[in-house]
Amino acid sequence: MLNSILFGLYPYVAIAVFLAGSLIRFDREQYTWRSGSSQLLQRKMLMWGSNCFHVGVLAILAGHFVGLLTPHEWYTGLGLSVPNKQLLAMAAGGVFGLVCLLGITLLVMRRLGDARIRATSSPMDIAILLMLFAQLLLGLSSIFVSAQHLDGAEMLKLAGWAQHIVTLQTDAAGLMADVHPIFKLHILLGLTIFLVFPFSRLVHIWSVPLGYIGRSYQVVRRRGGPAAVRVPGRGR
Amino acid sequence: MKIRAQIAMVLNLDKCIGCHTCSVTCKNVWTSRDGVEYAWFNNVETKPGIGYPKDWENQKKWKGGWVRSSSGRLVPRMGGKFRVLAKIFANPDLPEIDDYYEPYTFDYEHLQNAPLSEASPTARPRSVITGERIEKIEWGPNWEEILGGEFSKRSRDANFEAVEKEIYGEFENSFMMYLPRLCEHCLNPACVAACPSGSIYKREEDGIVLIDQDKCRGWRMCVSACPYKKIYYNWESGKAEKCTFCYPRVEAGLPTVCSETCVGRIRYLGVMLYDADRIEAAASMADERDLYRAQLDIFLDPNDPAVIAQARLDGIAEAWLEAAKRSPVYKMAIDWKIAFPLHPEYRTLPMVWYVPPLSPIQARAEAGLIGVNGAIPDVSQLRIPIRYLANLLTAGEEYPVRFALERLLAMRAYMRARHVDGREDAEVLAQVNLDRATVEDMYKTLALAAYEDRFVIPTTHREYAENAFDLRGSCGFSFGNGCAGGDTGLFGRAKHEHGFRAPTDAKVGT
Repeated sequence: MLNSILFGLYPYVAIAVFLAGSLIRFDREQYTWRSGSSQLLQRKMLMWGSNCFHVGVLAILAGHFVGLLTPHEWYTGLGLSVPNKQLLAMAAGGVFGLVCLLGITLLVMRRLGDARIRATSSPMDIAILLMLFAQLLLGLSSIFVSAQHLDGAEMLKLAGWAQHIVTLQTDAAGLMADVHPIFKLHILLGLTIFLVFPFSRLVHIWSVPLGYIGRSYQVVRRRGGPAAVRVPGRGR
Repeated sequence: MKIRAQIAMVLNLDKCIGCHTCSVTCKNVWTSRDGVEYAWFNNVETKPGIGYPKDWENQKKWKGGWVRSSSGRLVPRMGGKFRVLAKIFANPDLPEIDDYYEPYTFDYEHLQNAPLSEASPTARPRSVITGERIEKIEWGPNWEEILGGEFSKRSRDANFEAVEKEIYGEFENSFMMYLPRLCEHCLNPACVAACPSGSIYKREEDGIVLIDQDKCRGWRMCVSACPYKKIYYNWESGKAEKCTFCYPRVEAGLPTVCSETCVGRIRYLGVMLYDADRIEAAASMADERDLYRAQLDIFLDPNDPAVIAQARLDGIAEAWLEAAKRSPVYKMAIDWKIAFPLHPEYRTLPMVWYVPPLSPIQARAEAGLIGVNGAIPDVSQLRIPIRYLANLLTAGEEYPVRFALERLLAMRAYMRARHVDGREDAEVLAQVNLDRATVEDMYKTLALAAYEDRFVIPTTHREYAENAFDLRGSCGFSFGNGCAGGDTGLFGRAKHEHGFRAPTDAKVGT
């Protein structure tokens, strides 16, 4: 029962809040939609901290996305066996996890230790950082669990669960029943991060400025022109 | 040819008394809020000095403005688009708050609440960011006021380039001038070019450069890209903010707050017509000393019938064309050639121009100590080195600055001869190639400086662009979400305990 609530129902709650919350905030609260940089107040630890953290976390996110959601027939068809895929995941996850760990450790020290950053942090700024820190530690420690059984069976269960969830199959939770607790914790914390995402500074992830690359350097707007359409009742 | 219009500004530095009224009124209107206590959309610096933020003119350090690549193309000095994006996680070219100053207030309440004591109670400083005691204030927004501090420090001023600066460290040879600074509302703004979100834009109808507070994501690239360091990161809202050229006032035909309140009456506002198709070529001149001339060349004559016809086709309102003909900015920049852009070598084509200051000379000239050309003292003997002004205003080209100063001196000599000696000194006018009508107009504009001669601002006719019916019951000027506010609630952040407040509200001993 608990298992099916946590791994059958909770994922949909978290994803629904993540998507609907992001959409509502984007629509209603544009002014709060920002990266929340604190570099102005203290830059020393940020140069290493932020760069390492972001490079690491982006690689890890991409790895999870590809690793969990690719049907396993696809990669075995390409000649990558399941045990070898697990080794690849452990190695790549381990390397980028350590890069990310270096970064986030600096960021945590900075956020809690620097008087200016501490004073200007919102409770959510601190909470989301600590959640990411804990999530990274759980993820890294799961590598040691994985090293105990290199056959890839556990990995297939986790990937199967993720694929069942996103393809709306009702039996997803059953796959999670007997995986190692550390994976369960990692997934639950991950879902919780999705849940709080719209209420945190993480929303800046939606705004990756890729459009900048194709844009002309100069931007000119005309009052009442297409870029400045005014919505009744939303004066400014 | 694509004609656009802009409200441009000229500041007559010869009359600036350094009273900071512009800065204070600007701050009271625009930046007396949490997160921008340290930000002065308008500030007045004493030159020579490293300025605010520290060393802002040193583009080797801050990477502001544009550079011309070997192929002749313009690229932001901080790098092309991929290099800008590579800096997004941590921007190595971003000033820290200490480069401006840590904002502070004082424990004023202690003056009222302190128990009876032998010594008078004092109001000690406290950081507005952390709320903690500051034992010693090391820097402030105007630390170098009237040459405060050592010469060795202020002589790091980038405008000493190619000036034998050592002699100006001696008291007898020291010089100073005031430089009020605000956003330049450039024709080729580097901040716009560097904004990954596309939130900064130039308004087509009046040239004002604004940041869309809704679209800004706080990537903070504009702060580095602006060579004048006139974009400020609001550490509370996480958005960039800048001088708005008081657009709500300008739209209504009123001068900006800094201009309106200037007690020296040094500021002028007027319409400039320019050819938008020639911006890129003008900003790309190979020799940076040609940039001032190139910018002059893209301004259009408002009395030329061909220009007027094209401007009408491009949608410029009749009131704007009329205002352009009476523009004091056009007179000073184009007709009289006495106003110059600030640091044209940044290649942003700035639109806030300056009349260079004269400096003590006349008394020494009359005492026979320095050379005189007829009634006009030799400007190379001015206390402020011509080269210093040229580094500030014309990328080091001395001739235009020298010519402008000679015209200003000639105007004085001519009017002095008329009022004191009761004679018309035609010779002095011929020396600087001015006629009587022009010099009288210069005198009226520069010396008398009546309100209607300083500010010739047409309204923007918002009624054509907006439907007033849609605006009824709306929230007027507010941040972001109109009536929603966005500073509290589900998605917002809690208000801080500390922050900018009236001195009488200051808290004691937390």
